Amino acid sequence: METESRKKTILIALIVSLICSVLVSVAAVKLRPIQERNKELSKIENILELSGADYKDVDLFEVYKKNITPSLVELKTGRVLDETEYNEFLNVRDFDIKKNSEDENYGRDVSSLPGVPKIKRAPRYMPIYFVKKNGELKKIIFLIYGKALWSTMYGFIALGADLNTIEGLTFFEHGETPGLGGEVDNPRWKASWRGKKVFDDLGELKIEVIKGKVDLNSMSAKHKIDGLSGSTITTRGVSDIVRFWLGPEGYGEFIKKRKEAR
Amino acid sequence: MGKYSKIILDPLVDKNPVTFHILGICSALAVTSKLETSIVMSLAVLFVLSLSNLSISIIRNFIPGSIRILIEMTIIASLVIIADQLIKAFAFELSKELSVYVGLIITNCIIMGRAEAYASKNPPLQSLFDGIGNALGYSCVLIVVGGIRELLGSGKILGVNILRPINEGGWYEPNGLFLLSPSAFILIGLLIWVVRTLKPEQSEEE
Amino acid sequence: MFEEYISIFLKAVFVENMALAFFLGICTFLAVSRRLDTAIGLGLAVILVQTITVPINNLIYNYVLKSGALKWAGLEGADLTFLGLIFYIGVIASTVQILEMVLDKHFPRLYNSLGIFLPLITVNCAVLGGSLFMVEREYNFTESIFYALGSGAGFALAVIALSGIREKMRYSDVPKGLRGLGITFIIVGLMALSFMLFSGIEF
Repeated sequence: METESRKKTILIALIVSLICSVLVSVAAVKLRPIQERNKELSKIENILELSGADYKDVDLFEVYKKNITPSLVELKTGRVLDETEYNEFLNVRDFDIKKNSEDENYGRDVSSLPGVPKIKRAPRYMPIYFVKKNGELKKIIFLIYGKALWSTMYGFIALGADLNTIEGLTFFEHGETPGLGGEVDNPRWKASWRGKKVFDDLGELKIEVIKGKVDLNSMSAKHKIDGLSGSTITTRGVSDIVRFWLGPEGYGEFIKKRKEAR
Repeated sequence: MGKYSKIILDPLVDKNPVTFHILGICSALAVTSKLETSIVMSLAVLFVLSLSNLSISIIRNFIPGSIRILIEMTIIASLVIIADQLIKAFAFELSKELSVYVGLIITNCIIMGRAEAYASKNPPLQSLFDGIGNALGYSCVLIVVGGIRELLGSGKILGVNILRPINEGGWYEPNGLFLLSPSAFILIGLLIWVVRTLKPEQSEEE
Repeated sequence: MFEEYISIFLKAVFVENMALAFFLGICTFLAVSRRLDTAIGLGLAVILVQTITVPINNLIYNYVLKSGALKWAGLEGADLTFLGLIFYIGVIASTVQILEMVLDKHFPRLYNSLGIFLPLITVNCAVLGGSLFMVEREYNFTESIFYALGSGAGFALAVIALSGIREKMRYSDVPKGLRGLGITFIIVGLMALSFMLFSGIEF
């Protein structure tokens, strides 16, 4: 009787685990392509939103291909990589921030740098997106990220061809409190970034999100953005993220080089 | 059919799993700061609870007592993973907001509770209906709380302005407290008060 | 370096309190907070299980589940992250089971005081939540230990404080429909409110 029931126990356990694992694996494998497509679509949509290209009711991938040229830039030197240098890590289509940051050759420790938005390691190479219209460069979109109150926020910031005027900002992934820090998704707030200047006449990094409202009469109003009410830490996080990535440890070198070349 | 409709309707108010049994409040409250996420969470719980009740009830006579909990856990965990994968595939934007809370349905006591208290003792069809009923009762609480929090916290319902907030040119100053966790606790407390005043037989002595 | 760990610990106790900020483990939280001594027992049990399971799950995630983690076994491209939930809950359930047997055999006195709370912990979302947050926030092994200690201690602190308040509440005249569960929720809401004060502090 004892062995009988033990056999039965093992049998039932096996059958149940078998059925469950088949179901789970089938779901995971069948749904993965859709999930990956979603991820890519969401990224492309965000880039297109900033690019200003008209993408309503048309095939996103088509519009993307026509208007956007993605590239990788070496942050230290500001050099745009050639496609022949691409490999498993350096890959624009699905650039993996985590994988690059953790690698010895493709990432570095940034935790002790001043003003770093609470990230420990960051990639040495980052993707940027050139927006062209009829062959003419209109905007450049930069990938930015960092920690705010609860979560790591990932987003894009678009600069005009002068590499000083902000054309837009959007976060495509964050876990801030909806309605408070989550208001970074508010279209009105996002619109308030448009037209602000990142650098002053001397080329100093001046852009900043402040606590409260910007005094429109002040000299520096063109460098300042209203904070989100009720979310001091998210506001400070966004400010740090933008300043870090547009600063000398981020895309600063690239921006400087391009400005000099003009 | 009267029997089945009673199984479904009972848990909505009279034996609501949240206000009556104190089950399953854990993780789900965290997603009620917006109505939309509350609804998706409710659907996920409906999916997992009805199917777990059904499948556990079908095999209830074959499960050896010694590994009962383990088997139930395995079934529930598999269903939750499937639900999680489905949400990631078909509601990508929302899946980012729900983050770990879909996974936490596994430890939502409603599901284990109904499996133990009902599905392991009753025939499949009744268990299925019991699962649906309890999930709906749970959804009611979630949706009421989610609706109130979104309305007062950001002046919107499902992202549409109802009370036009000041920062969008309206008159309503959104009460940010409603978007934070304390408000959910207090709202549930008040909700329980309302239900128990209407249905005095639910109140408890302490 | 050490400051960082302390900061993770303090943040997990006060700012990101499992019960009060993330609603995790509320079921047991409410059920066991009626009396102070049971609350202390549950609190200790949660700290213990949390500190064992989160680091174990951290190892499992980093060396088995993560995309590319199976390199050492020759399976380069495998990504098993979707199996995470089953693994974590499995680790928690078996840890609880083993702990129960070990305590029963070698520490009967401890078992008598903690034992009855252990089964409750398998379905305590705070414990599973700890593992899931650890993965989401990409803590490394050492960080995960401090996070586990902190989140467990935070839960214990909340449940012990609540039980203290509820014991005092016994002599209050609460409206009939609000008695028991209703008023408890409102107390928890007020506690959560006061814990929110910590969220502005940078540790």
